[in-house]
Amino acid sequence: MNWFTNFFSSTLGRKLMMALTGLFLILFLAVHLAGNLQLLKSDGGRAFNVYAHFMTHNPLIVTISVVNFAFIAIHIIWAAILTRRNRAARGPVGYAVTNNSSSLTSRNMGILGTLILVFIVIHLRSFWYETHFGNIPLVDYDGSPVKDLFTVVDVAYTQLWFVVLYVVSMAIVGFHLYHGFGSAFQTLGLNHVKYNPAIRFIGVAFSIVVPVLFALIPILMFLDITIG
Amino acid sequence: MKITLKVWRQKSKDAKGEFKTYPLDHVSQDMSFLEMFDVLNNDLVRKGEDPVAFDHDCREGICGMCSMYINGRPHGPLQTTTCQLHMRTFKDGETITVEPWRAKAFPIIKDLVVDRTSFERIQQAGGYISVNTGGVPDANEIPIPKIDADKAFDAAACIGCGACVAACKNASAMLFVSAKVSQLALLPQGQPERKTRVENMVAQMDAEDFGACTNTLACEAECPKGISVTNIARMNREYFSAKASSENA
Ligand code: HEM
Ligand code: FES
Repeated sequence: MNWFTNFFSSTLGRKLMMALTGLFLILFLAVHLAGNLQLLKSDGGRAFNVYAHFMTHNPLIVTISVVNFAFIAIHIIWAAILTRRNRAARGPVGYAVTNNSSSLTSRNMGILGTLILVFIVIHLRSFWYETHFGNIPLVDYDGSPVKDLFTVVDVAYTQLWFVVLYVVSMAIVGFHLYHGFGSAFQTLGLNHVKYNPAIRFIGVAFSIVVPVLFALIPILMFLDITIG
Repeated sequence: MKITLKVWRQKSKDAKGEFKTYPLDHVSQDMSFLEMFDVLNNDLVRKGEDPVAFDHDCREGICGMCSMYINGRPHGPLQTTTCQLHMRTFKDGETITVEPWRAKAFPIIKDLVVDRTSFERIQQAGGYISVNTGGVPDANEIPIPKIDADKAFDAAACIGCGACVAACKNASAMLFVSAKVSQLALLPQGQPERKTRVENMVAQMDAEDFGACTNTLACEAECPKGISVTNIARMNREYFSAKASSENA
């Protein structure tokens, strides 16, 4: 094995991949949220539809979205590889009694992640698949026709179970990030007295604020409340 | 005081083990946990039974031998070694469950005794420095910033007991290995092997089938010597930069 493959198949190399892909996904979440908040505008969905058209046609954004899919896949596959290894490392017999001194979220990243994966599959089927392969009516804004994705979303969020699914899933994302955000910095080796408080604060704030704002979108759309 | 002990008994590495229950009714609060086991073993020998095998050496909290997983925590409810744990920590009438360290890399030899030579092999892979022959250098000849000396000293407090591995849900040895890497990486004497050390010790850690760290911080919470997870971050930095820049292609 040359040094490169050797590095990326070491536990630390694999963890580095988890951390880098995780941080990229965090960045993606922030951008995704900023775009989606336009769903709440009281303009009949115009801003959102124009934005969605841009996101699916700009070559740079389309490239980044391919990278994003690849990173999600890497994050999931590497998580599975590491989790299997970690299970096996306990040995043939486990403990009869455990009295954990670690946090619940930190111990259940694999379960939280698997639940997020289930959500991602449903989410992609509902919106991503529809956008690309579904039959979506066009709307005309100043002579340029774009797909009326807003209506697809609006209709989807009239179903209560769908809204509940989104709210619960966002809570799960929040817990994943509550541990994951700080964990990624520690994995990268970024642990420093000067910056630890900031990493901790931003991590906690991000893992609460972003999922809450995401969850507000289906709730407000279900209640037909628009803002601005 | 009276207690009931549930102890893991296993004849040999590949034998099937099981819990055996032993009631003890004349335990003094002032006994250490190991002395309580001495009393139990005395009783067992007198009855013609096989005494419980357990590791111990210094009984002063400095050798790291006394591995026991007590009531679901390495070395029991306090952040100390088993030999420094006293029976007054437990309630009268309590049932105490004692298990060996559980890790694929620490196979059981007998009862509560596990084979921790995997730690030694990691040390042999790079946990040393070059020392030239010749006259003894003057003490304090090499200037070392106080803060680095303190950090190196804190890392050097690791006694290699394996509580970090026992506590970690992934049976990861990262706290141990990072303490050994940090201790030498922080000091001028550790510089000649700085890159090869971390590369080889991590490779050996992986080869021994320890798990990968998920930063649950259980290791730090259970370490009897208070080794900090900042060492793990330092080892990660050392490893990434060594892999990127060493000549070991
Ligand atoms: C919104 C999507 C996701 C984001 C933003 C995200 C983010 C993160 C971050 C930042 C970490 C910490 C990395 C580290 O400790 O170095 C992490 C860890 C982890 N993630 Fe995710 N993740 C996402 C989805 C998933 C999915 C779908 C799975 C699995 C199916 C998953 C499984 C895991 C596991 C098992 C860990 C722990 C690995 C470790 O600490 O070594 N994640 N995630
Ligand atoms: S017997 Fe030496 S540390 Fe406990």
